[in-house]
Amino acid sequence: MPEQLFQFLVTGITVGSLYALVGLGFALIYNASDVVNFAQGEFVMLGAMAAIALQNAGFPLFLAAIVATLLTVGVGLLLERFAIEPAVGASVVSTIIITIGAAIFLRGVALLLWGKDFYALPPFSGDTPIQLGGATVLPQSLWVLGVTVVLVLLVRAFFNRTLPGKALLACSYNRVAAQAVGINVKVMLRLAYGLSAGLGALAGILIAPITFSSYEAGVMLGLKGFSAAIVGGIGNPMGAVAGGLLLGVLEALGAGFISSGYKDAIAFLFVLMVLFFEPTGLFGHKSAERV
Amino acid sequence: MRLAGFYIFAAVVALLPVLFPDNYFVVVVGTSAGLHVILAVGLNLLIGYAGQISLGHAAFFGLGAYASAILSTRFDWPSLLALVAGLIAAGLIAWVFARPILRLRGHYLAMATLGFGIIAHVIMVQATQWTGGPDGLAGIPPLNLLGWQVDGDLQWYGVIAAAMLLVVWLSLNLVDSQVGRALRAVHGSEFAARMMGIDTARTKTQAFVVSAVFAAFAGSLFAHQQAFVSPDSFNLTVSVELVTMVVLGGLASTFGAVCGAIALTLLQQGLVVFEDYEMLIHGALLMAVMIFMPQGLFVGLTQAAHRLGSTLARSKFRRSLD
Amino acid sequence: MTAMIAPLPLSSTPASPLLAVTGLEQSFGGVMALAGVSFQVAEGLVYAVIGPNGAGKTTLFNALCGFYQPSSGSIRFTERELLGLPTHRIAACGIARTFQNLQLFFNMTVLENVMVGCHLRTKTSLFAAALRLPRVRRQEQRLRDWAIEALELCELADRATQSAGTLPYGLMKRVEIARALAAKPRLLLLDEPAAGLNDTETLALRDLITRIRDSGVTILLVEHHMPLVMGVSDRLLVLDYGSVLAEGTPAEIQADPRVVAAYLGGAVNYAV
Ligand SMILES: Nc1ncnc2c1ncn2[C@@H]1O[C@H](COP(=O)(O)OP(=O)(O)OP(=O)(O)O)[C@@H](O)[C@H]1O
Ligand SMILES: [Mg+2]
Repeated sequence: MPEQLFQFLVTGITVGSLYALVGLGFALIYNASDVVNFAQGEFVMLGAMAAIALQNAGFPLFLAAIVATLLTVGVGLLLERFAIEPAVGASVVSTIIITIGAAIFLRGVALLLWGKDFYALPPFSGDTPIQLGGATVLPQSLWVLGVTVVLVLLVRAFFNRTLPGKALLACSYNRVAAQAVGINVKVMLRLAYGLSAGLGALAGILIAPITFSSYEAGVMLGLKGFSAAIVGGIGNPMGAVAGGLLLGVLEALGAGFISSGYKDAIAFLFVLMVLFFEPTGLFGHKSAERV
Repeated sequence: MRLAGFYIFAAVVALLPVLFPDNYFVVVVGTSAGLHVILAVGLNLLIGYAGQISLGHAAFFGLGAYASAILSTRFDWPSLLALVAGLIAAGLIAWVFARPILRLRGHYLAMATLGFGIIAHVIMVQATQWTGGPDGLAGIPPLNLLGWQVDGDLQWYGVIAAAMLLVVWLSLNLVDSQVGRALRAVHGSEFAARMMGIDTARTKTQAFVVSAVFAAFAGSLFAHQQAFVSPDSFNLTVSVELVTMVVLGGLASTFGAVCGAIALTLLQQGLVVFEDYEMLIHGALLMAVMIFMPQGLFVGLTQAAHRLGSTLARSKFRRSLD
Repeated sequence: MTAMIAPLPLSSTPASPLLAVTGLEQSFGGVMALAGVSFQVAEGLVYAVIGPNGAGKTTLFNALCGFYQPSSGSIRFTERELLGLPTHRIAACGIARTFQNLQLFFNMTVLENVMVGCHLRTKTSLFAAALRLPRVRRQEQRLRDWAIEALELCELADRATQSAGTLPYGLMKRVEIARALAAKPRLLLLDEPAAGLNDTETLALRDLITRIRDSGVTILLVEHHMPLVMGVSDRLLVLDYGSVLAEGTPAEIQADPRVVAAYLGGAVNYAV
């Protein structure tokens, strides 16, 4: 039993790390633009699929990963320029539809490029499982964990230590005031979309050796990332990370001890429960609305 | 006068099969469009009028469909009774969930309704002993309306057209009443609405319940018409399509929702020809309409027509001065 | 031993006030927006609340309306405790208001806005409305008549069919007043009704306020336009940093050195 629990925890933390990365992307974009980008999952899919395609075309794995990430960043910037910028000030419902449209569009592009087949990347450092106190851990899981930790720390440092990071935070508090003190809000918007696309792509590349990728692979990951961001209180980057880990672990435990078929239902039931008791997420700020 | 648009619409719906007899496209696509209209008009009460988004409405569509399917195949209930049971079940479930869900705002509400829809879909797939799992349930008997067995495409066209017109009529009445104004007030300013004595939680609940019951109504008709249901008809994509219909036509306009539903149905039919490009075009169109015509096709076009009309009238007036 | 036993008062207490607020406290984080505010408003008066920006005037209104939950104090309205009631129940007690930041229903016409104001005066069930039963039709007619009556009082009848969002700002503010009046309230709260109005409009507003008062509605008025306030109010409450600085008739307030120092500042001409 304890070994089993430990095994589920390892799985949960691995999956949760991915949710955390995707959720972090949601939080970044939300901070800069009040938009929830439903195409975030498609960044993950594009990163994975592009890396696989490049690797199949003869690129070394490392280079394939870098080029795929850069390509996805490019897609993120294009999305911002041609779908988000023209619609500034649109209502919540409108922006939701626009980004859902973008997600469907990107899925359509992937379908044309790669068809409906499933692909995978070889593991970064072999697939000999490591025995860790009774649980079996794939080396790839360690990659996922390690890279996630590094990325989260980098994002944190970016917000706390660098000028652009602080400017981005300022935008999230008050865009008009940020503009007034000379922050170029447009540039911040692009920065946020580029960063989130990059984070999404890296998440996709990390998971590509563990699960198969296809043009539809981003849908569920995107939704789980959104859930992570919501559970953590949308707009709170570290809340999104915590939310992602929590979600991943709960889902793995639910799948292990209750039913694997209901694992998504368990994850979303958890999200609903959180919202019923904390309507602005676990770490969201609660302010009295002004009349 | 208030219902002039409704009578014109009803006349068109009635005349179509007469003008195009035995036309497969009119009857079959028309039936599908009719169901979509029921769904979109109901959802528009919630999104367009009350201003509360739902990204999980396919759940109620599915609830109606599975209620009819399960009750009429496994328990041999008469189809009409199964239909009514589906409506009641949808209404009750919506009523129970409305308060905690509609307390949420903006993206939190989007998340909650999305989660609700996904949970419902997982149950449809997993509760195999009831729902037949991913393979679905077949052999659903046709609708029996007090002795009249609905049979054949044309009869189904008639039944669904009548159901659709009923829903449109109810919705038009509703939005132009004290209840409908309360809905719109909640959307316009929740603070002011409360200050006018409107119980906003109760009002949102009403909108949620009505739209759920309409969706279940469409679901039940769908199940009996297709004689088969499977979870694929009620997944997240369908929920998103329903929202798209409402937004495409134009929020807070019943005929906007009607147009959006018909437009998307036709679009889907048309895009089938493009096969692999279908998704790409669908996504691009969605973005384009929202960016360039955020008030929706129907509302946007009627406004443009108005502007054109008044420009023409003004230039005519100016010319008359010369 | 000459014990004096006071005779029991034989319901000889002065008529109880329409609104009695005692010790109201409301804070946001570290800001004490209301630091124990007490005052009473007798029925039939125009009672003004003044004070510098951020004094807590709007917060007071929001607390009265149940938008905020004050941490302590009491709000008695016609002998009923309002504290803790949800806003729509407070409205049902006979309180209506306008907002400093317009809260019109921009998605509706002027007439529909004011018809929503009549919400509490009649009830329609969902089913009856969807089926448009004859009784609903009659009810709609009545609502329409009431709304037009309120519009006429505010000289807005000719704007009835216009979309609320297309009106000039001054008229929008007047629609808010019409909408509030349509509820037939006993107490009307007006939050800066003159802000953004030009001189003619302000004069018309002054007339309107007087007319509303004369029709028997008690008015609680928050306003920065001193000539208007001094001309129209029967009594004033001065707030500063969430506390009551002074209370009295316009003449008393204008003579109060603390008020002059804190707020009115030097020579002010009070004539309209
Ligand atoms: N919802 C809120 N959250 C946080 N602080 C608030 C909130 N509402 C009011 N405050 C604070 O409470 C204090 C009083 O504000 P209030 O709006 O009541 O002032 P006011 O007297 O109406 O001013 P004005 O004349 O500018 O309208 C201010 O410091 C304000 O910043
Ligand atoms: Mg104020």
